[in-house]
Amino acid sequence: MTGAAIIGALAVWAAGWWVNARLAASAAAGTRAVQLAVPAIFGLTLLIMWELLVRMLEVSPIILPPPTMIAERFADEIPTLWADFQQTIIKGAMTGYIVGGLAAFAIAIIADRSDFLTRGILPVGGFMAALPIVGIAPIFVRWLGSDWQSKAAVVAVMVFFPILVNTVAGLRDTTAMQRDLMRTYGAGYWQTLFKLRLPAAMPFIFNGLKIGTTLALIGAIVAEFFGSPTVGMGFRISTSVGQLAMDMVWAEIVVAALAGSAFYGLIAWIEGRVTFWHPSQRK
Amino acid sequence: MKSVLPILTVVAAILAFWVLAVIPMNMHLTADQAQRDGLVVTPETPVERQAYTGLGLTLQNTGLISRTYTLERPRLPSPHQVGAEMWDTIFEKRITSRRSLIYHGWVTLSATLVGFAIGTGLGILLAVGIVYNRAMDMSVMPWAIASQTIPILALAPMIIVMLGSIGIQGLFPKAVISAYLSFFPVVVGMVKGLRSPDAMQMDLLRTYNASGSQGFWKLRLPASVPYLFASLKIGISASLVGAIVAELPTGARAGFGARMLVGDQYGQPLVTWAALFAAAITAAALVGFFSLIERLTLRRMGMRAA
Repeated sequence: MTGAAIIGALAVWAAGWWVNARLAASAAAGTRAVQLAVPAIFGLTLLIMWELLVRMLEVSPIILPPPTMIAERFADEIPTLWADFQQTIIKGAMTGYIVGGLAAFAIAIIADRSDFLTRGILPVGGFMAALPIVGIAPIFVRWLGSDWQSKAAVVAVMVFFPILVNTVAGLRDTTAMQRDLMRTYGAGYWQTLFKLRLPAAMPFIFNGLKIGTTLALIGAIVAEFFGSPTVGMGFRISTSVGQLAMDMVWAEIVVAALAGSAFYGLIAWIEGRVTFWHPSQRK
Repeated sequence: MKSVLPILTVVAAILAFWVLAVIPMNMHLTADQAQRDGLVVTPETPVERQAYTGLGLTLQNTGLISRTYTLERPRLPSPHQVGAEMWDTIFEKRITSRRSLIYHGWVTLSATLVGFAIGTGLGILLAVGIVYNRAMDMSVMPWAIASQTIPILALAPMIIVMLGSIGIQGLFPKAVISAYLSFFPVVVGMVKGLRSPDAMQMDLLRTYNASGSQGFWKLRLPASVPYLFASLKIGISASLVGAIVAELPTGARAGFGARMLVGDQYGQPLVTWAALFAAAITAAALVGFFSLIERLTLRRMGMRAA
């Protein structure tokens, strides 16, 4: 039985790989359809192997549930998953992301007026962004209670530093020639800021915003491990792990993956609209 | 070196903000304590005081300000309290003691380093595969990039339990989490680095009649070094966060994460804060170490950072 399972899984792998190798070597490899199909086939191959191995080797669902079981659980629990999504992503992560982003942006604009402050903020902010800030979660849960406010606060602090550093760096990214041109036009500080320096900083700012999307979800989910009302993705993950309901944990992870990709995709889409002039956005 | 003064100014501003924030944050606790000690507090009952904000209460009781810095269990400890707790648990305790931060730090750090080494090694191997195999590139690369937008850290509690139920405990489950967190940044960075030589450089090697492996060892690999270091710095801090978070929801008894949780559950904020800062110092030291190696290596190779 074990041998048959492994041979079956290898056969699935070989078939998937053969199709992908043919597709990658074919003349159509450059087309968009093939570029989407190849990773999709790869993902599907892994899922089928997973299903096959778990079913045939009779792995306990406590260790690893098969994908079909996760999908079933996902479909059954949509109301719960939706409530968790709203609590963690909409209330916790989004609120914190917006507050942290606006705060970072405001500080960057203020600090930008002083070259002295900028030179201090860049290294300190970069240093802070590398620290395990998520560790403040227990402290914030104690201060602000277990509902979404404490999660939003953790998220705000986590996204603050990457966005701050990128905004400050972006605002410095104009050449002396460009600033001189604005001066010859008789532009004041604010006109230069809005018409030259902020647009020029946008690729940097969006870079910070994109780094922030993943951090926001991590902060909101991990902070719930320290205390939360009886709803939320982090709460559901930690309690389901405790009940050994691994299919539910996987269902939450699917939600987290979808939310993370969608959030990132949204920011990247806005970036494309705002910085359409930048070389990196040219088609 | 001209940035030293600005950096010190920003750090001093953050410290000053912290020191000032201690007063209103701790005022309610201080007022309760002062009343028990027989001092005059306005307003007189705790219920009335709840109506005030921390700042409002401070303005009513300016005499109590100095006491906000000496609470045993403050809401927000002052920098000197955290510093004293860290000094005590790092230098004054034997490193085998359960209260020693060195002991807890080593538990977390060893898992981090093992996981980081595994993740980086596998990441480099996969990157080489992706660069040389088109099917692999098209199949795997989109997933590696997508993984960067997904909070894969959320898998941590499950991996601990999953490995625990097949009898694997201790360092290894945490290392697995550290490994996969450092794996994806290394893959993405190394693929970029191995592809960084331009067509002109590749053509030059062809005119030298260089073989494929010579092209790899003498051009692609050296060219990828700046990208590798950029990824290593991201990977090591992700690994450390992974090891800490892995200790949180699973009732681990040792490690920075366990220490934070203990401080939180037993109402000892100083323990939590000391563990938090020790973790921050560890992260800074690890990133600083790789920056140093990066600078030395790149200088020797005559390259610039990516």
